[in-house]
Amino acid sequence: MASRGFSFPIPSMGPSEPISRVMRHVFLDHQSATPVLPEVFEAMRPYFTEYFGNASSLHQHGLRVRDALATARKQMAGLIQAENPDDIFFTSDGTESSNLAIKGVAYANERKGRHLVVSATEHPSVMNSVEFLEKQGWTCTRVGVTPAGLIKLDEMEAAITPQTVLVAVHHVNHDIGAIQPMREVGRLCAAKGVPLYVDCEASAGWLPIDVKDWGAALVSFSAHRFYGPKGAGVLYRNRKARIVSILHGGVQEGGRRAGTENIPAIVGGGVAAAIAVERLQARIAHTGVLQKRLWDGLSSRIPYIQLNGPLPGPDRITTNLNLSTEFIEGEGQLLLCDLNGIAVASGSSCVSKSLKISHVLGAIGLDHALAQGNIIMTLGEANTVEDVDYVVETFATIVKKLRGMSPMWDEFERGVIDSVIAPTGRGKSFSAHAAEVSGKPAH
Amino acid sequence: MSDTYTLYNPTVMDHFMNPRNMGDLKDADGVGEVGAAACGDIMKISLRIKDGRIEDARFKTFGCGSAIASSSMATELIKGRTIEEALSFSNEEVVDALGGLPPVKIHCSVLAEEALKAALEDYVKRHPEAAKAVAAQPVSA
Repeated sequence: MASRGFSFPIPSMGPSEPISRVMRHVFLDHQSATPVLPEVFEAMRPYFTEYFGNASSLHQHGLRVRDALATARKQMAGLIQAENPDDIFFTSDGTESSNLAIKGVAYANERKGRHLVVSATEHPSVMNSVEFLEKQGWTCTRVGVTPAGLIKLDEMEAAITPQTVLVAVHHVNHDIGAIQPMREVGRLCAAKGVPLYVDCEASAGWLPIDVKDWGAALVSFSAHRFYGPKGAGVLYRNRKARIVSILHGGVQEGGRRAGTENIPAIVGGGVAAAIAVERLQARIAHTGVLQKRLWDGLSSRIPYIQLNGPLPGPDRITTNLNLSTEFIEGEGQLLLCDLNGIAVASGSSCVSKSLKISHVLGAIGLDHALAQGNIIMTLGEANTVEDVDYVVETFATIVKKLRGMSPMWDEFERGVIDSVIAPTGRGKSFSAHAAEVSGKPAH
Repeated sequence: MSDTYTLYNPTVMDHFMNPRNMGDLKDADGVGEVGAAACGDIMKISLRIKDGRIEDARFKTFGCGSAIASSSMATELIKGRTIEEALSFSNEEVVDALGGLPPVKIHCSVLAEEALKAALEDYVKRHPEAAKAVAAQPVSA
């Protein structure tokens, strides 16, 4: 989002600490959505009204949009350096692509074997598809990750059996921004002769992707993560993987995905992909500078804050900061950020409808107290240095306000409990204390 | 603020942004600290009690917006009540006074009730003579 420093009265932050009277808007949740670029929107526009045909029709209206689909397929193929655009299937989004990749391959290869291998930090669309299959008799091995969130390659190698029909490892983790060693993962899969599915939802448009280099059989991504519209999901599939449809109907998308194609979204997604190829290096450079400035600012202004996932560098995507601020909870931070014009996400249990922390934070072995204080900031190309400086100042004030309200901060200062991030050796652990005070069943 | 959307209703947002009775009480007569097994939130309520009546109440909360609002509202509601009245305090009062909470957040109000009851228990422990007065109504969280 472009930053606009317009005057906007906001409610008091409390009598003692007014944070700001001028609302600035900083969108730091590009992992959830990005604004559609004007040129993308313009490209889509005629496909709502003028070129409204159905790609399955055999007349002029259908043939015209069929042509537009072919162009978008080439553009999407270009983003992941796929040789054959016919290997690109359009779906509704990343979740549908994951479902098709996992279930489609599992069902197609039932006779070969009923075992899957996935990393423990995959997106819920992968984890829950796998769980669905387990209820039907498939087995699955979830491969652990290091504390930084990188897949344990030796564990992965050991997990693959002759019955394994698919390995699923995401390129970049959606929560902690860890870039997986895809080339090594690809080599292992090739050596074992097992097709590899790579979820590129968090990386497409932000990192170079070369499906040939990885030897990937399947790759998924969607356009709304790189300035395209929602509703344009992609599944790339080459001949290394047999797959069956999970949606049954017409013969759209070569019979692999039934249902009328969302032409305007696909056209826009294709244009967004072409722009992403052009701007890739500029995006990486820009967000890399902001990521460093943001983390340097936050870590120097706020005591007892830590970065989860790899340090900024080759193992971490430049857009992501996953923070744990000790002694306070994530939802309160998120709400106060929002009230100050800053849009962020959180993996805390309090923001989840299931009251569970993000499974990714669990998989990297993060202390529950730190997972509770989790905030995820994801940068985009319109964010500025001024935005980052505003976020650092505002977030520092928010942390101070919430710590002032937290019994844990007070108990830490009195030496009753200790810090996980920078232990002082005084007091018991937060977890031990939390267990003690919740010893009585909550309900 | 007409274009602003909020996660909770205006009353909850108000109590979250401008919490009442936040802090600790020096020389509190009863302090209760409880944690929610479900989500990990922790709430602490301190009471000053005089002549069998809650004269003042303060809270500190490690938790989400609705947990902070629930503890703020609970301390507002119980000030001025007798111990007997406070012992029958229910989380539903908090929910009603806040104009409702999302279903997944009702447990935050339960935590506020538990913190209050724990503070009363602590008071009774420290003041056995008060225990006799309220013996007819056992403390239950």
